Amino acid sequence: MEKVEKEPLLSAKNIKLLKNPLGQDNPITVQVLGICSALAVTVKMKPAIVMAISVMVVLAVSNVVIAALRKSIPGRIRIIVQLVVIATMVILVDQFLKAFAFDVSKQLSVFVGLIITNCIIMGRLEAFAMANKPWPSFLDGLGNAWGYGWILIAVSFFREFLGTGSIMGFPVMEKLGVYNFGYEDNGMMILPPMALITVGIIIWVQRARNKSLIETK
Amino acid sequence: MNFLLKKMKEIEPLFEKGGRFEKLHSVYDGFATFLFVSDKVTSKGTHIRDYMDMKRTMTVVLIALMPALLFGCYNIGLQHTRAFGIDDWTLMQMFWFGFLKLLPMIIVSYVVGLGIEFVAAQIRGHEINEGYLVTGMLIPLIMPIDVPLWMVAVSVAFAVIIGKEIFGGTGMNILNPALTARAFLFFSYPGWMTGDAVWIEGLVKGGGLDGFSGATPLAVAKLEGIAHMPSAMDMFIGTIPGSVGETSTVAILIGALILLLTGVGSWRIMLSMTLGALGIGLLLNATGGNDYTQIPAYYHLIMGGFAFGTVFMATDPVTAAQTNTGKYIYGALTGILVVVIRVFNPAYPEGTMLAILLMNVMAPLIDHYVVNANIRRRIKRIRTA
Repeated sequence: MEKVEKEPLLSAKNIKLLKNPLGQDNPITVQVLGICSALAVTVKMKPAIVMAISVMVVLAVSNVVIAALRKSIPGRIRIIVQLVVIATMVILVDQFLKAFAFDVSKQLSVFVGLIITNCIIMGRLEAFAMANKPWPSFLDGLGNAWGYGWILIAVSFFREFLGTGSIMGFPVMEKLGVYNFGYEDNGMMILPPMALITVGIIIWVQRARNKSLIETK
Repeated sequence: MNFLLKKMKEIEPLFEKGGRFEKLHSVYDGFATFLFVSDKVTSKGTHIRDYMDMKRTMTVVLIALMPALLFGCYNIGLQHTRAFGIDDWTLMQMFWFGFLKLLPMIIVSYVVGLGIEFVAAQIRGHEINEGYLVTGMLIPLIMPIDVPLWMVAVSVAFAVIIGKEIFGGTGMNILNPALTARAFLFFSYPGWMTGDAVWIEGLVKGGGLDGFSGATPLAVAKLEGIAHMPSAMDMFIGTIPGSVGETSTVAILIGALILLLTGVGSWRIMLSMTLGALGIGLLLNATGGNDYTQIPAYYHLIMGGFAFGTVFMATDPVTAAQTNTGKYIYGALTGILVVVIRVFNPAYPEGTMLAILLMNVMAPLIDHYVVNANIRRRIKRIRTA
């Protein structure tokens, strides 16, 4: 029997699938996808973390499912098939959150359901899972979800810290006693515009460090 | 002056290429052209160098701001004496009291703002933007007097970095930086920007007369009804609570006169904005709707920040519409929006800031359509000819 050269599970190419979306191919800061949820669920860190994990589960599993089915999906109805898979996953995640983390689920409210319309997920299914094997698709899903997730968590860190003076619900500013010196929480950080501006600042820092991201006209 | 000029020339080589402080070239340049007219001669091509450069323009605006600033100082003292029941202060005492209260805010505004401008100019290798000379004076004038200084610093930093520098500095900003600073404070720390205690020095900390309300005329109209508003004369002269520089319509009109005579401010915007506000005010008086529609139309011109916004904010040459027709549209819409926000939005007694900021965003759109309409008209003329 002929022996097929097997690619190691975490080859350099596969590592790249995981690493690139964190930085130079980040879904939020470079591709500017999934912005709406980045604005909506980043007031506090806890919902942001839960959201990041939810998106990771949905994206990784849908990617694997679509990659496994990719040869049998007729080209004309592929979007519908993708949506069915995503919607199934989102409903599962939503039910899971309602059962085991009801408080957070209430805070995230409609935004868990709206993961279905998160452009990152459709984008990855269409661009990657439809053309690759399940294992790389799984890694691609994880990588993109992490890229999305860390931006979400970073934004929510600044918004919660500056907006309500706490980190993960722990009142840091109060414990430090800075309120006694006349410090006050910044009410604007809680409003959606500051999420946009915070994402903008992250993009600014990223482009200042990595000049290759700057478009030439 | 000669001595200063000699000194500046003496240290100039240090800042030129190869000099010891080469990196600080833009700082030197900024100071030198602020103090003296530039003696640079362009060698290639034909250039027209006008003596009236941006720094002189800005200086004119600063001079125009002086009446409002001086009256603001006096009014801080006056409101303080009224709130605390002091009745033996002379005019000079009130003025000094206000001046000393206002001075730290002006210093903070300039130090933080210019500091960021200098650093940004160094990083970019540009000349220092002189736009901040005016912005730095406008910011204290549109704040309530009791705002903590660190909040002023934060809002100035936000306005200069996010409102101006990331767009490319003076001349490239979409929003008026001074109003951006105020809007930032307004949404960040509403407790210090609204209410009836913040407008009078010392009232937030308490200790005022029992039952004394430091509400602005606009807030009075909302809370107690139009009948309780101060008299039109008081509002015109400016002996009413409000942001530092906005209360006195007289002082602002003197500033407007200076701007118009020197041609620095746009009369088109001022005129159309006033007419817009007056027009919609009269219309609302006639139609009715809610209680506030019955505020006499000319009240809108003399209370709140309308006069200050019209003369010093809406006419900002960078953020206003650039075409002449566009200026009429821009001004009129701003005036209309001010009154609409005042009358119909229960959350905001005052609408000048938000109206001007919104129209700042719309100004390029207005210009776009004005320019396109002109192109179409000219094409038609060619076809018919």
